[in-house]
Amino acid sequence: MTALTPIRTKAETALIAQFEALRHEFPAGSALTAREAAMTSFAAAGLPHRRIEAYHYTDLRNLLREVAPLAGAPRAGTGRSIKAGGFMGDLGAHKLVIINGCLVKTDVPALPKGVAISALEGTAPMILDGGDAIVALNTALARQTITVKIGNGMKVEQPIHVAFVQDAAQPQAVFTRLRIEVGEGASLTLLETHEGPSSVATQANTAVEIAVGDDAHLEHARVDAQGSLALSLSSLGLSLGRRASVVSLNLAAGSGIARHQIRAVFVGEQAKLMLAGVGMLDGTMHSDTTLVVDHAVPGGESRELFKTVVEDRATGVFQGKIIVRPHAQKTDGKMMSAALLLSEEASMSNKPELEIFADDVQCGHGATCGALDDDLLFYLMARGIPRKEAQALLIRSFLGAAVETLSHEPLREAIGVLVDDWLKRRG
Amino acid sequence: MLDIRNLHAEIDGKPILKGVTLTVKRGEVAAIMGPNGSGKSTLSYVIAGKQDYEVTQGEVLLDGANVLEMDPDERAAKGLFLAFQYPLEIPGVATMTFLKAALNAQRKKRGEEEISPGDFIRQVNQAGDKLGIPRDMLRRALNVGFSGGEKKRMEIMQMALFKPRMCVLDETDSGLDIDALRIVADGVNALRAPDRAFLVITHYQRLLNHIVPDTVHVMADGRIVKSGGPELAVELEAKGYADYLPAAAA
Repeated sequence: MTALTPIRTKAETALIAQFEALRHEFPAGSALTAREAAMTSFAAAGLPHRRIEAYHYTDLRNLLREVAPLAGAPRAGTGRSIKAGGFMGDLGAHKLVIINGCLVKTDVPALPKGVAISALEGTAPMILDGGDAIVALNTALARQTITVKIGNGMKVEQPIHVAFVQDAAQPQAVFTRLRIEVGEGASLTLLETHEGPSSVATQANTAVEIAVGDDAHLEHARVDAQGSLALSLSSLGLSLGRRASVVSLNLAAGSGIARHQIRAVFVGEQAKLMLAGVGMLDGTMHSDTTLVVDHAVPGGESRELFKTVVEDRATGVFQGKIIVRPHAQKTDGKMMSAALLLSEEASMSNKPELEIFADDVQCGHGATCGALDDDLLFYLMARGIPRKEAQALLIRSFLGAAVETLSHEPLREAIGVLVDDWLKRRG
Repeated sequence: MLDIRNLHAEIDGKPILKGVTLTVKRGEVAAIMGPNGSGKSTLSYVIAGKQDYEVTQGEVLLDGANVLEMDPDERAAKGLFLAFQYPLEIPGVATMTFLKAALNAQRKKRGEEEISPGDFIRQVNQAGDKLGIPRDMLRRALNVGFSGGEKKRMEIMQMALFKPRMCVLDETDSGLDIDALRIVADGVNALRAPDRAFLVITHYQRLLNHIVPDTVHVMADGRIVKSGGPELAVELEAKGYADYLPAAAA
């Protein structure tokens, strides 16, 4: 057998060179070993392309031609001057600001005791698949692993808002790693916002891992508002302990090119997971959500509800896979992805999958793609509602089912405002 | 008020209306009766502006203005209202939200101010109470999970709220039991006014016992083939439509 040496693309070569240039800045130790191992694995595989199933619809070898230089550390004081995450309105949240991959200390309002925040040297992923090329790049190049620990039994009253900001005047790339541990019996509402200057071609590779302990509760929303020139690669790893309950919603409406991957793993029995998505794609946006829900233990319940509206020449992708391991009996999994195509040139690829190895399970999936219902539009218009407004009502109601998975009212309303803003912009 | 002149319309190239001519005067209640497939519902859709139908000839004038050149929402703002035979369910849109959006859109197009929230609630409750519509129904998604009778009552309630001048009722009696029929008919009768006209489309005379028309027109094969007074409806009920079916005419 002949071993093939792949020809590296310009971007792959540049990424490897970036790591080589940075290597001496990293202190020696286990973290550096993890970085080197990750980079070796990336160098062997290269950027994922369309022949790799999970990247079939978002071929990064093709899409990532130019690698932007790594962003510098944030300038002193920028944490105060940037109104990070301000577009979400006032949620009364504890805010952490991460600028260019580095934690900028903020404490408004002060975090309650029992919540510990630290920024450590990079580490190998604990939930995400370290062999995934994008996760590997993140492991190699993220400057810090920013860690938030919620102590056992802590009920964090106000949401924690982690605002990821790119402070950029020139194209730049930012690698960010965030790890959140929700202790046993703790509860947390967590908001992630991702933003950057709309006029700069930024690149982001963000990996967030959230370990939700036994009997803990997490409500999580991620909002991408990085701008139409941004290339956003994000990975979310979730692990659910025994009887944990998690709701996690991703709002995709920001980046020009976005790929969001989720790996959710049931590690304790009787846990409940709701993964929701709201996509509002326009212009030439490309937005891909690829997820794996891994029922590794019995008695888990998972729901996926993804709603995507596609306008203009935008493209949406949903690839979802539910895996039920051989002994994960009594698993209850249901996955739904629905897309509304608002123009002739809009496109959506929907690919739900089930991989079931246990025999006593309830699993199902569904996918739909369609236009707005003409009969419903006519009914609304016949009552005096102009076409655009009638469409807006129907789109809002279409997306509403996903938005309503959030039970934290101010957060749900803030997401609703983003939906309304998008609808207003389309006229 | 409503002048339909030599109206021809087709769907997917198949002619349905083949020269309908009909006038409804201010304050008049006109009924259209006819066998299944005669084009009654098509006529109501064409008047309201459904896109599926292509008008190939003729005009529909509302107070002299040709509504065929208007979008459905403009027609509504001009005072045209179609009570649907099959009112649509709109999941995720609360009935109150819909009613307010519709009322304000019509007012805006007419250059009127938005209704105040207080007035809106009062008017909705008033109209709803008259038709026996429970308040909690108004908080639910429009028509979702409503029974057939509730949907029809909701249509009449909208009519009461929007105060249109020209009301077209498409088979409002279908699917209603006697009690529901009476409630709906009472709702319609309460709206009869010297400056408001009705075009009541029905297959059966039953509805016309409750909403007594001034004129009755028989529609068959896409045309109005006979016109008369209320006695015509009684005659049809007794003799059926056999005389008007194409086979009989041939």
